[in-house]
Amino acid sequence: MSILHTVNKSPFQKDDLKSCLAHANEGDAVLMIEDGVYGAIAGTAASQDISNAKAGVYVLGADLAARGIAQDKVAEGISVVGYDGFVDLATEHSAVNSWL
Amino acid sequence: MKFGVVVNEGPYTHQASDSAYQFTKAALAKGHEITRVFFYHDGVNNGTRLTVPPQDDRNIQKNWTELGKEHDLDLVVCIAAAQRRGILDENEAKRQGKDADNIAEGFRISGLGQLIEAGIMSDRLVTFGD
Repeated sequence: MSILHTVNKSPFQKDDLKSCLAHANEGDAVLMIEDGVYGAIAGTAASQDISNAKAGVYVLGADLAARGIAQDKVAEGISVVGYDGFVDLATEHSAVNSWL
Repeated sequence: MKFGVVVNEGPYTHQASDSAYQFTKAALAKGHEITRVFFYHDGVNNGTRLTVPPQDDRNIQKNWTELGKEHDLDLVVCIAAAQRRGILDENEAKRQGKDADNIAEGFRISGLGQLIEAGIMSDRLVTFGD
């Protein structure tokens, strides 16, 4: 059983991303959406947590664009997906857990 | 695959209703089925027809109504959350002695059991909120 985790809070505002990355297992996916996408920027305090994560890490491209974050600012190892990719991730994992 | 969608946040607050709408649209475009969209807590405010956003802004309620019409979606507003926030259909307005109702086209008011049922009927339940 694998889980898709969604995180919608900035890691500079709340600890959800850190907790989520620590809880997520191998085979899981962590998708940053809404203000959560600030966590995907390379070279920040969140970057280390992301590179240590066992789960695959993804970010929603539309929410990056809405915040003026260019895709070349996204840290290595993070995959940028669209809403169609969000749907695919939800189907590929057996449950979706929203970190609200 | 069957998806249930839960919206726990009102429109124009952060982004939950927009995200849920975009997710629902993308799932439908991929040929998936949406068993129900359940509006809970402040999410019930998505279901009032009296909102008048500026013309150059998106109309979140209308977007849901139109998507619902196009795909025959079951848009359910939680009754207890709705009563607390003044979201009423004709029957509820009458029952509570109110002089008006405001439920938007395509939405219906029902109980929390509909959320449980959506969870049972769906392969995935995806929650959007704050």
